[in-house]
Amino acid sequence: MKKITIIMFLISLSIAVFLSPFASQLPDGLEKVAEDKGFIEKAEGKEVFQAPLPDYTVSFIKNESISTSFAGLIGTVLVFLISYFGAVVLKKWNTRS
Amino acid sequence: MHIPDGFLDTKTWLSLSIVSGVALAYAVKKVGKKIGEKHVPLIGVMSAFIFAAQMLNFPVAAGTSGHFMGGALASILLGPFAGLLVMSTVLIVQCLIFQDGGLTALGANIFNMGIIGSFFSYYLYSMIKKLAGSKIFIIGVFIVSWLSIVLSASFCAVELAISATVPLKVALPAMAGIHSLIGIGEGIITCLVLGFISKIRPDLIDIEKI
Repeated sequence: MKKITIIMFLISLSIAVFLSPFASQLPDGLEKVAEDKGFIEKAEGKEVFQAPLPDYTVSFIKNESISTSFAGLIGTVLVFLISYFGAVVLKKWNTRS
Repeated sequence: MHIPDGFLDTKTWLSLSIVSGVALAYAVKKVGKKIGEKHVPLIGVMSAFIFAAQMLNFPVAAGTSGHFMGGALASILLGPFAGLLVMSTVLIVQCLIFQDGGLTALGANIFNMGIIGSFFSYYLYSMIKKLAGSKIFIIGVFIVSWLSIVLSASFCAVELAISATVPLKVALPAMAGIHSLIGIGEGIITCLVLGFISKIRPDLIDIEKI
């Protein structure tokens, strides 16, 4: 179990850190439809809060690629930790009952 | 297809937030009852992989890109409730940390990509498996993954129409059309990952589904 977990985690990290700077910058399916059909402006300035790393960028890193890589690294580790330890807690709950 | 704030009206985002909230609470209970030793690390890496893979937008057609969703992957491997938890974790982090998908639209995004993505994929795949056996494993996975994207995008179009953002007859063909291309990418990635897991740990493909 350990081996495949480590392999898959490393693959995920590599994707987030090394490949994410090469991701297409084009609008995604929904954005494109919103642009073409003229309702994209309905979202402009409508954010109800300001997220710390908007659009997968880290504000204090000027280099765009490194900024994206770093955001990818933070996100992948964070999602893993929340999900893994969330599952650990659920597992404990299961064994107790 | 992460919906931003501003596209959905209050009645739509509020109802979908309630539906997704209830579904999520139920999924936590369900997974809590059935989760085993082997599920824990898999749930962790599945979430990490889906987050990372969702960052990789690939160009699909003139001026448009798409990215992996993961609902089919997570639910075919782990089951629909565990799949919903994985997808929700990814979507919540994307929304709160990376401003990908609006906070008011979080319930709608969990509904489209988490609930539809996981439950539709899991039950359709189970049906195909029952009818055809596991001989067509890869073809079945591809079809289910492709359909999951087109269906999620169609639900998104319906929500935009209910919100009076854009008429259904405009939104539905546009959303389903472009996502039928993005769905090819979804199918390929899901097949690659499940194929990879079945090569190195074939027993994990048959892990108990939650």
